Parts: sequence; structure tokens; C-alpha cells
Amino acid sequence: MIVTTKKDFEEIEDALKSYNNIMLIYCGTCSVTSQCSDEKSVNEMLENLKNAGKNVVYHQEFKEPCDFRQDLQDWRNVPQEALDKVDAFLILSCGAGLQAMLDLFDRKNIAKPIFIGLNTHGIAETERIGRFHVKCAGCGDCLLNYTGGICPVTSCAKGLMNGPCGGQLDGKCEVGKYEKDCGWILIYERLKKIGRLDLFGQLRPAFNWADRGHQKSVVFR
Amino acid sequence: MAEKKVYSKLGEMLAKGEFILTGELEPEKTCDLSHTIQEAKEMAPYVVAANVTDSPLGIVTINSLAASHIIQKEANIEVIWQLTVRDVNKLGIAGMIMGGHALGLRNILSLTGDHPNMGDMPESKPVFDLDSATLCMLVREMVDKGTINGYEIESPPKFHVGAAANPNSNPMEAEVLKIGRKVEAGCEFIQTQVAYDLEKTIEFLTALKKYNIPVLLGIFPMKSYAMAKGFDTFVPGVDVPKDILAKWKSIKNDYKTDKSKQKEMYDQANYEFFNPFITELKKKELLGGVHCMAVHYPRIFPKLIEVIKD
Ligand code: SF4
Ligand code: SF4
Repeated sequence: MIVTTKKDFEEIEDALKSYNNIMLIYCGTCSVTSQCSDEKSVNEMLENLKNAGKNVVYHQEFKEPCDFRQDLQDWRNVPQEALDKVDAFLILSCGAGLQAMLDLFDRKNIAKPIFIGLNTHGIAETERIGRFHVKCAGCGDCLLNYTGGICPVTSCAKGLMNGPCGGQLDGKCEVGKYEKDCGWILIYERLKKIGRLDLFGQLRPAFNWADRGHQKSVVFR
Repeated sequence: MAEKKVYSKLGEMLAKGEFILTGELEPEKTCDLSHTIQEAKEMAPYVVAANVTDSPLGIVTINSLAASHIIQKEANIEVIWQLTVRDVNKLGIAGMIMGGHALGLRNILSLTGDHPNMGDMPESKPVFDLDSATLCMLVREMVDKGTINGYEIESPPKFHVGAAANPNSNPMEAEVLKIGRKVEAGCEFIQTQVAYDLEKTIEFLTALKKYNIPVLLGIFPMKSYAMAKGFDTFVPGVDVPKDILAKWKSIKNDYKTDKSKQKEMYDQANYEFFNPFITELKKKELLGGVHCMAVHYPRIFPKLIEVIKD
């Protein structure tokens, strides 16, 4: 899932300061798991908006804002009178969710601003509600086959291809005062456990940024 | 096998298999290098070369390329330019390597570098486009093939490249395998973190033997009790043995009134500790040399050279 956290309301209020009539949209998937767009969070946001003197013209869950097809469907429920009134939209979703909505807005000829209420942290494992661990940075060239399944990009503070660095101490990382595990020692231990230390001994080339591109899309049809 | 190319005094000594003493210089947060140059001049007669550090602990100091060049020129000492991959991407580092050559540098110590998060500019972007092994690969390509990514360099740089290792590392096996990768990447010598535990050091150096690479053992002669205590407290992963701390403390207390005698006693105590330590490792043929990190303590070098020469 994509893990998100709530922005300070002050920051949101600042973004909305020239707009009075607000429409609140919230994600029904990952951001709910992150407890950022669940019922309680939505009510809290409605309350905050009210206290800030905003008029919430309408609010609605979008099942998966990052999915344009789903957005087309959910959009059908948005009443025209709310659209006539609205000055700005606020969305509780990840960054991809908001940006998929922009495509929808273009399709529907909506020339109104949309603001984000959450911070997006990454692709994460849910240990339990309230404990999420970012595990993948979407680097596009997955290295897990060489590292016993542990990602060197997210588990190593320096994202090294050939770790550990000299900053590891008894399996802990120099970043954060030796409280977190060194990702490369985790990799070493995992590879040792599965009898594949040969992989640990392999020299890896530097990450190839040439293929990272910008405005990256995955298009196969 | 083709004869090893030699680009520096350090390279020559490595090729000959001679026992090497290197020193370390730590430029500070200042544009005036006169103190470091003075220190370099004092150690110059005794060392083959001296490392010039690159913002250790992520604390911003004068750039190590500029400092290396100035120190080498002004102090008439050969420099081992410490180059970290922390702050500059591969493209930038390749350019710096050519710049380093043009400025007369011939030795690089390839380092990852301490994370910016630890230093005085934690908001700075951690780059780490390369790591210490892939930096060795880049140097070797530029020097041995005269290319960057296959593109020809009209007049390629000439460098020897070394890397770091930590004899105190736990788990040791991970550290040893990592050194194997650095050797494969083309690293020509190793300088280690400071070691005090003889048994552990022997185990580590023995494990490195299969790589057939000269290892310069890191030592840290301690100028004073405060220095020893500070090192013990503030350097992660290094424990100064209790008996050393006790001895240094007694020197501090016993010679309070006679500072020059106190200095002499500290120097002697360093000699008495490091002499048997190094002699033992030399006897076992585990060492290619010693890397002395006695920063701001150049007066120890005449004594140290006795240890090396023994
Ligand atoms: S290597 Fe890490 S960041 Fe890259 S795709 Fe795999 S898990 Fe994701
Ligand atoms: S200590 Fe480990 S996790 Fe931390 S930066 Fe170094 S290799 Fe990466």
C-alpha cells in the first residue's frame, strides 16, 4: 500500500486561504488504511474546515483516486449544484491520487484548483494499523533477487549497491544514532540464512539512472 | 602478468612490497590551511604519504580536493586524497578525478563518507550515486582504460586507489566479503579503522590474506589523556582499552607540573603500546604498513618510525 500521513491543518489552511467554498474528496483505499481518510479523519477535517470559516459544499469518498477509470465512475455522484458553487477542491489521498484527479478535471473541463491534505511516504508494508514500513522506492530495476529479498534502496540510509558502509556498528546504522538496523547487515544475515552468501560477495554496478527518465509511464498496450 | 604501473611514491612502495607509514591530516572549517600545512611539514620526513580528509562526520570543512592540492604543494608531502561519494554524483566525481590529476594528485582513498544527517548540514541531499566499490571501478576505468563509460579521455588521469576497512566490524564475515568486492573493483591498498584488540585484528587480517592486498593498519597514538578519553567516548565502535586509559590518566596526574616531562611520557607510552602490537602483526606477515591517524600530534612520528623500522 501507499502510506500517507496528515499534513498540519495550518499548512492546508494556508493553501486554501483565498477560497471559501470547498469540496472535500477522500480516498477509499490506502489512505483509509493509513488512517488519513477513514471516517474519523474525514469528520475531523470537516470540523477543521468549518472552524476555519470554510463552507464545505460537498464531500465524497472516491474509491481509488489514483485510478482514473474509477474516478470517472465516482464523478457521476458529484451533484452539479456543488460544482457550480465550489471554489477549490481538497483531497485526502496520496500524490498519485490527486494527479489522477487532474486528468479527470481536464476531461470534465474543471478549471478549479485542487489541494492535497496528506503527505505521501512510499510503498509500504502494513505491520498493523499505525505501523507501516516503507519497503520500496519504485526504483524500476528491482534488486531483490541479489539481496535475499531485502531492498537496499529503502533499507540502507545511503541506498548503497555495495554495502555495508563503515557506518554500521554491531548491525546498526550510523544514521539515527545506531537505533535502526543496518540494511546491509540485514541483507547479509538473510543471505546467510538461505545459504546464498555468494550473492553477498558479488560486486554490483552503480545504479543506472539513465533509465529512470522523467514523467515515467508504464505502457505496454 | 604486466608490470604494475606506478604513478606515485605510494604506488612505488606498494609495488615493491615495502612496509609503509602513512599519516592523516584533517583540514578544519577554515579557508586558511596554514596549521594543517605546518603539521604536514612536520610529518613529511617520516611518512610515504598523508591522507587529507573529506568533511568527516558530515561536518563541512574545506573541500578535500582543494586542500589536498594546496597541502601537497606547500608542505612538499605526497597526499592521499580522500574522496567520498556522499556529495557529488558519478558525473561530478569523474570530473573531479580529472581535476585532481591536473592538480598533481596521484592517490585516492575511495570512501562512502559519513551521512550528512550526522553533521552540521543534515538537511543536505545525500547523493551516494556511487559507493566506495563503484568509485574504485570508475577510477580504474579512467586510469587503466583511459575512458569514462567507454568514451575516450584525451589525456587520462593517473591514480592509485585504496579503500577502507574496519577490523572491529561485527559481523566480521560481512566486512571481509565487502573487502573482496572492493578488491575485485580494482582497489590497490586498504587503510583500516583504528584497532586496539590484537587478537581480533589478527583474525581480521588473516581473513583478508586471500585477497593479497596490502593492508595499512589504522592506529591512533594519543597525545593526552583527554584525547584518549575523547576518542573512547566519541568514536563509535572504538573502545580504547581500560589499561591504556588508566595509564594515560596517571601520566596526566603524575606530571601535572612538568609539561615537557609529561609530553615525553605520553610519547613513550604510545611507543610502548604500539611497538609490540605492530611488531607482532609484522612478524605474522599480516601488514603492508601502518596508517597513523594521530591528528594534531605530528611530534609522535620520529618515535613511530622506530616502530616501523624495527
Ligand atoms: S530494489 Fe527496492 S526500490 Fe527498487 S523496485 Fe526493488 S524493492 Fe523497490
Ligand atoms: S550503516 Fe548500513 S544502512 Fe546505514 S548507511 Fe551504512 S550500509 Fe546503509
